[in-house]
Amino acid sequence: MDLVTLLQILDSSLRLATPLLLACLAGLFSERAGIFDIGLEGKMLAAAFMSAAVAFTTGSAWIGMLAGIGASMVLSAIHGLASITFRGNQLISGVALNFLAQGATVVWAQSWFAQGGRTPQLSGAGRFEPIELPFADALSGVPILGPIYADLISGHAIIVYIGLLMVPLTWWVLFRTRFGLRLRAVGENPAAVDTAGVSVIGLRYSSIVIAGVLCGIAGAFLATSLQAGFTQNMTAGRGYIALAALIFAKWRPWYALMACLLFGFLQALALRPDVIEGTLNFQVQVQFLDALPYILTVIILAGFVGKAIPPRAGGEPYVKER
Amino acid sequence: MSFMKTILGGAAAAALTAGAALAEPAIIYDLGGKFDKSFNESAYTGAQRWADETGESFAEFEIQSDAQREQAIRRFAENGNNPIVMAGFSWATPLSEAAADYPDTTFVIIDGVVEADNVRSIVFSEHEGSYLVGMLAAMASETGTVGFVGGMDIPLIRKFGCGYAQGVKAVNEDATVIANMTGTTPAAWNDPVKGSELTLAQISQGADVVFAAAGGTGVGVLQTAADEDILSIGVDSNQNYLHPGEVLTSMTKRVDNMVYDAFTAGENVEPGFNVMGVANEGVGYAVDEFNEELLTEEMLAEVQAAADAIASGELTVHDYMSDESCPAVDF
Repeated sequence: MDLVTLLQILDSSLRLATPLLLACLAGLFSERAGIFDIGLEGKMLAAAFMSAAVAFTTGSAWIGMLAGIGASMVLSAIHGLASITFRGNQLISGVALNFLAQGATVVWAQSWFAQGGRTPQLSGAGRFEPIELPFADALSGVPILGPIYADLISGHAIIVYIGLLMVPLTWWVLFRTRFGLRLRAVGENPAAVDTAGVSVIGLRYSSIVIAGVLCGIAGAFLATSLQAGFTQNMTAGRGYIALAALIFAKWRPWYALMACLLFGFLQALALRPDVIEGTLNFQVQVQFLDALPYILTVIILAGFVGKAIPPRAGGEPYVKER
Repeated sequence: MSFMKTILGGAAAAALTAGAALAEPAIIYDLGGKFDKSFNESAYTGAQRWADETGESFAEFEIQSDAQREQAIRRFAENGNNPIVMAGFSWATPLSEAAADYPDTTFVIIDGVVEADNVRSIVFSEHEGSYLVGMLAAMASETGTVGFVGGMDIPLIRKFGCGYAQGVKAVNEDATVIANMTGTTPAAWNDPVKGSELTLAQISQGADVVFAAAGGTGVGVLQTAADEDILSIGVDSNQNYLHPGEVLTSMTKRVDNMVYDAFTAGENVEPGFNVMGVANEGVGYAVDEFNEELLTEEMLAEVQAAADAIASGELTVHDYMSDESCPAVDF
């Protein structure tokens, strides 16, 4: 495998990892505060639809992204209402959101655009185009580092960089701010937080609002950057892989980055069976690579590689008096 | 008493006419949905054309999961719809279960075969149409490398890929055909993001024409091909208009004509087994105002000669499904 091929695969990994990473961080905020979020998939899908629809109508990908975030937040609010305010089962609420998004997006798309549950094709400013980082051209002649900078690091849509920047930001918010400390505490022992006079409900709502924003960006990335429009069920299970990545990363931001890059890399590798065969000298089933994220997650959950312990109060609605 | 008879008789007659009026044709689409811009949409177009021309209406249903198949067939049959048309190979098993229970209803299955006295089975020779677009791909390619992106990895899609590869090799013996499948689950029909990445991967291996036989995933393939300024080939419906000047051609499969014919024949649809190939214009390649600048006179002449040879039987294209192997490409 030569450098060019390797860079191409890593380039593809980065693109495929970005929606996973954003959704994974969304899940991280939410689950660290004690709210399980199966609905990542549905939120991404709703955001993908709304961002494409609004980007087409207004001609601006940025306004589209804001609308996508809005759609994702609406679903977040429903999740919050059901599972925080009314103390319903968080898993069931999340599953319901997935179904809602799957059906509603197609119905809306059909009634707005009558193109059979899809949005019209976006062009020009309606899409996030790849951006060239400064000096990419000038440095591309430098051996090894030049191509890495010019081909791999430069030349992605802005959302890819936003996604990567979210990792240190998430780490900083969760582990270096008072808000983060309280958020984590709410996921471990909400009664203690309540005793200290901090609102458990408020913290949990703010965590799912953040999750809504991140899922919204992820959905907008799918529909207005990777693709030029929304198509039915276009998330294709990425929300679930993000959940797997979250468990794989044991609910920690930097590990989440690693897990998502690994899963993205596996997906990208599955696109190049010839490279695998050329490097390993035997054929690996593409299906195996597709299944590997889930297999790895099961191995982690089974406790073979350290123990994955979810936030202790996860999944439990908070009741003041028992 | 006689008055009662008249009333009852009248009611019975009214009920009969109501029953007859209910015998409208029905169509059931496969997963992937009615508007996939491809296979199912082609079926819908045929049904709609019939409705527009006759002014009559038809019943339709989009299934959401495999579990709904038999239920949907029985529902329409109980309702008195006739004929009932099903688009997609996956209908074969549920239909073979249900068909015997409704001997008075005629069923039409497209892309599958069910042996029953009241079923008309229609299959297409996709390998022949794919062969022709493969020839065009090889003639349009400058790098000598062309790509194929399949949807779900099933024998039918390999049949497309195999015919395509044979067409490519017929024009250019040394050409490379890169064949990728999107996945092994029905989600592979609706994953444009992965379609895009597969296209980029093929481009990095030198491909400059990519044929997508992947339902909704193909939308991503064609989009990326247009973004990266290479040529693509659409499938099932004529997809040339999606990116004018960047889609080389489309492998058309005239599902619409089959649905239209079945609806026109109404309850008198003839049961039996039908193969639609190049000879009876069941499959072919699309030329219209969106791609005529991409195709030269020589290309069209050569591919038309091959089409004639296939139609007359001089040229046989190997069918992957006949022996589950392909001489021209490895999957």
